[in-house]
Amino acid sequence: MSKINLQIPEVSIREIRLGSITGFQGGAEELVNCSRCGLKDKSRSFSQCLGCSTSQAACMVILVQDAAVISHGPVGCSSCFHEFAFTYRVNSPLRGVEHPTQRKIFSTNLQETDTVYGGAQKLAKGIHEVYERTHPNAVFVLTTCAAGIIGDDVESVCGEAEEELGVPVIAIFCEGFRSKVWTTGFDASYHAIARKLIQPARERRSDMINVINFWGSDVFGDWFEAFGAKPNYITPYSTIENLRRSSEAAASVQICPTLGSYLGAALEQEFGVPEINAAPPYGIAQTDRWFRALGKLLHKEDEAERLIASKRAEYLPKIEALREKLRGKTAYVTAGAAHGHALLNLLGELGMKAKGAAIFHHDPIYDNENEESDLLVNRVKEYGDVPNFNICNKQEFELVNMLNRLQPDVLLARHGGMTLWGAKLGIPSLLIGDEHFSMGYEGIVRYGERILETIENDEFVKNLKQHAINPYTKWWLDQEPYTFLKGGAAK
Amino acid sequence: MSGIIEQERYTCAIGALQSVVAIPRAVPILHSGPGCGNMIQGFFERSTGYAGGSTSPCTNFTEKEVVFGGTDRLRENIANTYKILDTDLQVVLTGCTAGIVGDDIEPVVEEFREDGKPIVSVETAGFKCSNFEAHSLVVNAVIDQYVSRFEEENPFRSEKNTVNLFASLPYQDPFWKGNLREYKRLLEGIGLSVHVLFGPESGGVREWQQIPKANFNILVSPWYGLPIAEHLEEVYGQPFTQYPNIPIGANETERFLRQVLAFANEQGAELDLDAAEKFIRQEREAYYEEIDNLATFLLEFRYGLPNHVHIVHDAGYVLGLSKFLLHEVGIVPKEQFAVDNTPKRFQEQIAAELQSASDKKVIPLTFEPDAGKVQDTIRSLHHGGRGLIIGSGWDKELAREKDYDFLSASVPTPYRLVMTTNYVGFSGGLRVIEDIYGAVLATYR
Repeated sequence: MSKINLQIPEVSIREIRLGSITGFQGGAEELVNCSRCGLKDKSRSFSQCLGCSTSQAACMVILVQDAAVISHGPVGCSSCFHEFAFTYRVNSPLRGVEHPTQRKIFSTNLQETDTVYGGAQKLAKGIHEVYERTHPNAVFVLTTCAAGIIGDDVESVCGEAEEELGVPVIAIFCEGFRSKVWTTGFDASYHAIARKLIQPARERRSDMINVINFWGSDVFGDWFEAFGAKPNYITPYSTIENLRRSSEAAASVQICPTLGSYLGAALEQEFGVPEINAAPPYGIAQTDRWFRALGKLLHKEDEAERLIASKRAEYLPKIEALREKLRGKTAYVTAGAAHGHALLNLLGELGMKAKGAAIFHHDPIYDNENEESDLLVNRVKEYGDVPNFNICNKQEFELVNMLNRLQPDVLLARHGGMTLWGAKLGIPSLLIGDEHFSMGYEGIVRYGERILETIENDEFVKNLKQHAINPYTKWWLDQEPYTFLKGGAAK
Repeated sequence: MSGIIEQERYTCAIGALQSVVAIPRAVPILHSGPGCGNMIQGFFERSTGYAGGSTSPCTNFTEKEVVFGGTDRLRENIANTYKILDTDLQVVLTGCTAGIVGDDIEPVVEEFREDGKPIVSVETAGFKCSNFEAHSLVVNAVIDQYVSRFEEENPFRSEKNTVNLFASLPYQDPFWKGNLREYKRLLEGIGLSVHVLFGPESGGVREWQQIPKANFNILVSPWYGLPIAEHLEEVYGQPFTQYPNIPIGANETERFLRQVLAFANEQGAELDLDAAEKFIRQEREAYYEEIDNLATFLLEFRYGLPNHVHIVHDAGYVLGLSKFLLHEVGIVPKEQFAVDNTPKRFQEQIAAELQSASDKKVIPLTFEPDAGKVQDTIRSLHHGGRGLIIGSGWDKELAREKDYDFLSASVPTPYRLVMTTNYVGFSGGLRVIEDIYGAVLATYR
């Protein structure tokens, strides 16, 4: 049965739709094997602050060039969104946006009385005010825990406002408490966009390929040129019109199957845009596969082969030289699912040893229900098992314990806040912000060089280690890392 | 003031978890939805401290806790916090989820308190109030549930020359650390001992325990923090003196110190007035040596310097910066904007205080938490000469649109790093000057 259901306003959460989990300890191979026969989640008897669906949903719409965004909740539920305004401005040159406009971010600023009498009227009034003030091409409304629990009928309010204003007013249901997997927030935005914005295709454009992504550098432009096509980056830096017409693309690719799972599948199943099921191009073999899949889908197999051959000729010697320098070095990876898997593939390609990983959640299958999209399966097949593979939703206490135990040569991270502990323990730590940095053959070289540079320049972390402040008890650092994972290593 | 707002410059009640983070070796324990801690961390940035940010324990409400309540989960989380984190004070803060479903957390916290744990609970559901107001809720909760346990060793008002200072809100004032350090130095300079309570200059929980011993309290604020001073007056009989704005530069700092001096001696402190005046004179002379040296630049720099300013900040900074820039730098404050959601009952007094800065010009002051609306107003204003905007990161884009100079001095701002810089005091005034003209000169290439 299809996992995509655009008939209802709310997206089905990942735990239900995909069987995703946030607690596991074991090996990567074990997890891959379990994934095919049902995974059971584990909970923790101690937990630290998690991420929230509403932020993930927000970033996918705040960066749409010509939209306004309203957070329907207390003022705190939008307080980190200024960071996306910064991102939009700072990364706009990467996407050729010459005059980035100020992001339009509002809060309905719910008060105690609203939690008693409801906030729907306030939202209705707010939508009109936002429209008058900003004249956006669409208004996105994000829900929050407070709005969800008091039961405001956000869908109806948005529907009425849309009729009155004549522009799309789109409700996105992304209350934090609904899902332990905060990437459900991406699905919530994509569900709303697919349901309310994307139009049936008027034509099929062979020269346009959707790239479901964040805000990384424009590597796809170069790659697609060989196929006579251009990337249509969605949803950040897109416009409402481009989103509407994303149904007309020749194909969709994703930079990360965890991010794009829902939108890729929705575009294929509801709008007939075929998705490249091959997992994103991380590591040589996967990059070969990805370009071949793209060539096949576009009926440009020869172009794909030529591209592969010329890139291989250029980059394989460089990769080999890096392997010489990195061979035997050990690393620990912490990142969101799929991107973490991608980094583990790169480690394998560079001849490094993965000592373990803390991955924020695990999707046993994606919305396209195709195992080819699974980078972890790929990692295990191509480069072998990863021990100490922990599914851990940013639980810093487990990460600290594990790093302290394993002492890898380098910590590779993808999300903010995680490198601090590597550095405090004197472990060289690297976070690459640009999601597209390590893709393709050239990405292996770029990433390998950065790892090398990070390991070589460890003076800063070694000094920090001498003076690091540590709030964790000695008792805790002596325990098994999964002590508080129920059904984990200890009682 | 409860309509829709754009570009908030403050956050919700649970943002006051940063006041806990600012107490050395204290930990906030959140009983809230999963994103609350993350949102606050994202608002303030670089605000982790000892055990904030990703280190803070949180019950991370799911559907289950929303339906069945989360107190069991909270109990478990607190118990394990003691095993995992080494802290001196634990403050449990609730979020909207716990607030709406009606979790009664105090009995859970009381279990641990009975066990002798230094633990406090406070309700900070986001919809209740802003973090400006919730700061007082947190401080008063710590006083009632923690400080009160040490009253015997700390007799009320037993140290005549000791004061408790309530001034910068940790993190909401980006210069809080440096400001508290400078307040302490200045007040010690006139002969007082000071409990600053937050940040590295405080003595951590030991200092909190000694709050009752202080003879009186100093509140530097136009409105926020007032419930703390009032509460201490009630429970420990400590009177307080309130200064309405951040004292920046020589005039305001001198006025502030003299107000405190007079009040202290009225309250029976024994401060040496001559020694205090000597300290003030030395500070002033060092300050004017710099201003004297700078004046030629301010008067003669021929390539253009700002002549007027719009400040978009909390009321305390709007007042302090306006007065300072007008009298000590020569930049004229035009329309000013307090974006801290100032309660109505304080507005008239604050506007009068601003107007007191000049008997020659009118300085219009607007109270408006909707900073997007404030920006629209500023867009529509036109003044001759080169302009300056002092505000948050949001205002950098506005300044660029208007071709104004810009100084980032308010949260949220991804465009500036502040560690221990102070804007308070004589030295703070000099630093503001360096920051403004540093930014201005950087525009010349």
